[in-house]
Amino acid sequence: MTAHVMKFTLKIWRQSGPNERGRFVTYEAQDVSPGMSFLEMLDGVNQRLLGTGEEPVAFEQDCREGICGSCSLVINGIPHGPDQGITTCQLYMRRFSDGAHITIEPWRAKAFPILKDLVVDRSALDRIMQAGGYVSVNTGGAVDGNVLLIGKDQAETAMDAASCIGCGACVAACKNASAMLFVAAKVSHLSTLPQGRPERARRVTAMLEAMDREGFGSCGNQYECEAVCPKNISTRFIAVLNREYLRAGIVESGRPSEPESPHAESS
Amino acid sequence: MTRLDSKIPSGPLESKWDRHRFSEKLVSPTNKRKLTIIVVGTGLAGASAASTLGQLGYHVECFCFHDSARRAHSIAAQGGINAAKNYQDDGDSVGRLFYDTIKGGDFRSREANVYRLAQVSTQIIDQCVALGIPFAREYGGQLANRSFGGVQVSRTFYCRGQTGQQLLLGAYSALCWQIERGQVTMHPRTELLDLILVDGQARGIVARDLVTGRISAHTAHAVVLATGGYSNVYYLSTNASGCNVTATYRAWKHGAAFANPCFTQIHPTAIPPGGAHQAKLTLMSESLRNDGRLWVPRVPSDQRSPGDIPAADRDYFLERRYPRFGNLAPRDIASRAVKVACDEGHGVGPGGQGVYLDFSDVIEQQGLEVVRERYGNLFDMYHRITGEDAYQVPMRIYPAPHYTMGGLWVDYNLMSTIPGLFVIGEANFADHGANRLGASSLMQGLADGYFILPYTIGHYLATARLLPLLDDHAEAREATRLVATRINRLLAVKGRRTAAMFHRELGALLWNHCGMSRHEGGLTSALRSIPKLREEFWRDVMVPGAGDAFNQELEYAGRVADYLEFAELLCHDALHRQESCGAHFREEYQTEDGEPRRDDAHFAYVAAWEYRDRAEPVLHKEPLAFEFVPPTMRSYQ
Repeated sequence: MTAHVMKFTLKIWRQSGPNERGRFVTYEAQDVSPGMSFLEMLDGVNQRLLGTGEEPVAFEQDCREGICGSCSLVINGIPHGPDQGITTCQLYMRRFSDGAHITIEPWRAKAFPILKDLVVDRSALDRIMQAGGYVSVNTGGAVDGNVLLIGKDQAETAMDAASCIGCGACVAACKNASAMLFVAAKVSHLSTLPQGRPERARRVTAMLEAMDREGFGSCGNQYECEAVCPKNISTRFIAVLNREYLRAGIVESGRPSEPESPHAESS
Repeated sequence: MTRLDSKIPSGPLESKWDRHRFSEKLVSPTNKRKLTIIVVGTGLAGASAASTLGQLGYHVECFCFHDSARRAHSIAAQGGINAAKNYQDDGDSVGRLFYDTIKGGDFRSREANVYRLAQVSTQIIDQCVALGIPFAREYGGQLANRSFGGVQVSRTFYCRGQTGQQLLLGAYSALCWQIERGQVTMHPRTELLDLILVDGQARGIVARDLVTGRISAHTAHAVVLATGGYSNVYYLSTNASGCNVTATYRAWKHGAAFANPCFTQIHPTAIPPGGAHQAKLTLMSESLRNDGRLWVPRVPSDQRSPGDIPAADRDYFLERRYPRFGNLAPRDIASRAVKVACDEGHGVGPGGQGVYLDFSDVIEQQGLEVVRERYGNLFDMYHRITGEDAYQVPMRIYPAPHYTMGGLWVDYNLMSTIPGLFVIGEANFADHGANRLGASSLMQGLADGYFILPYTIGHYLATARLLPLLDDHAEAREATRLVATRINRLLAVKGRRTAAMFHRELGALLWNHCGMSRHEGGLTSALRSIPKLREEFWRDVMVPGAGDAFNQELEYAGRVADYLEFAELLCHDALHRQESCGAHFREEYQTEDGEPRRDDAHFAYVAAWEYRDRAEPVLHKEPLAFEFVPPTMRSYQ
């Protein structure tokens, strides 16, 4: 309800295509109110660019309430900006002081090629999921939901891990561009629950192999991922992941020399 | 000429679905391999359908406009999913869930469909548990339930405030498995722009690759639309920005009847719009009304801060008007009461568009910590958006478009009036009548996708005569050409106004004349204004860049263009329905104390509209027979 209007100088990464050279371009954001979201501020910049016939800045967004995982901006060097536990779309301009200079970049990682401006291709995360991020059950014929008793703590732990929105901020924050926190979240979610147990060994192996294949780096234990995760997913799940991987090598037959394909039809 | 045959099986309600399944023809496993099905959309309905069809042995081509199938807007559903499990032993049953849904929909839905929905609800929970969805549990390990609006039993299953996310990730993981197995080919960042019909059957789609801009035809033996609702026609809604009407609207133009478009749900508790820059409205969960009290100052335009207004000068309008339900009145009733209070000048905040949702009483009675534990995340969210501390001052809330009960007309098999075109989830009109109850949309999306469509589509494929088809078939080539022409037309206007400007103007027009309350004068004036706005759009819209490249503004302009046509259909339907029922409130049809007046004698039917080129849409009526639940007046006083 404060009527005061703010002004910002934005340094935004512009890149017309995956194989083009990118560069920073400076724009002024005017008439910004403290109640505007960061993305609404960018909407305003784009509307003005359209007025001058210039192509607007491409960036991803959809739900604008912090759950779809589309928005993905590095703001002043930090994925999702200065506040912890939120996505870019949940950041409001009252967080910045009037007249500030703000740098806006895309996620930067080898496995996330830039498509245009601030938009990157995150399909590598989908391919990791396709390698084993599921429980292989058919539709129909499931037993009654209460047949499997799952303790409250166990369910809550699984939920902590399962809240991952797949935005990729963990990768963008990591100097090795590792996707360990992402993989750890999925592996921990399913290995914590009895439904995920039968496939736990081949799941963790297949997902980690897919992670390597996609060009993500390995974990350097710096915990930058946890610091920027909009869902506050803890690095202790990386410990769970490492344990699961170790266990897969020791306990399960067929590992590590000949990993069984997790996708073969059971025959 | 459209014919509406609902194909509802005869006989007792309880056994309709079982008998129908037995009478359906099956496709043999070898033949399934030779059949391709296109699924458009990867929300709960689309992802569950695509994965199940793939598992059954069909080849599935699945499309979504997001960068990943996991981002569809089902992900944002907060509260939960209903199922008639009766785990709480509180008297729940399939029959009761059926009854609550029929009544909640104000007797404007089909009994047979709703009963089937209630029946399969229990299987959904079992399936989701098997997929590893971390539902909330009791200490003993059993599944937990919570209560939700409009019902007297506790049947809602949930994963914190992220139930939609977890259910969608479950369906998405099942989809991932089928993609890995080669049963489903996924096309992310690809948007449907038209439908391909051959010999009157739906045989494919024309889609645009959103990265390269390439337009291509994809043919199949049947097409499934799971493309969601159209709340974004109002510009400001709780929906994600990408949600659009394009797929269902294009299908309508090809002859699929559109049913009850005027049944649009307005959710009572969203954060009020803050200014012209606003891009979306944020929902505050319905659960807040369990403890928060809604009020406005008794004197219009009272400028005092809320804490300085004594109890005697406050109007707790829901408690006053609906003493039996108070602050927990159903969504349609609560939204309208908020609007009335604001229209009479009692609204608070910028532009008088808001009412207080006050927690001071519960804080005083039960302590701050209890409230923090219950709603802490919502209070944080409110604080982030408004900069206000709702523990100290009351929240301000205002209704916002949220869900659309209307959609493409489908028969009992979920097939539209175009043979081979199936429609599931929010995109169809089927189960919620004139008002949807909380925690029912997730249930319907998964019921359609996991348990209903995979059976019914088989019967169609087993019985229809389907000629072999290639992607370069004459009809496919022609449809592709038309899509390219339209895109070039959009780019060629080179006007001065952006697509967002037109969208905002259209939204304001609809919100004022076809929003929470409607009347003949307003609707006729909207019907005069919309064509003018549409003409201006095609004369003056500004779409930069090229068609054969990544171009977000072009995607958006195409969606706005479809909204500018669809809006007319919405107003036509609202104008024709001369009664008030559920979310559709016509000011001319109300009782003396402002309650809606339903007219079963004249309007107990589904209004299914047929497209006519350059003429007004034609109305077809599917009468609604209530064999098992006699319609009564809903009263919450």
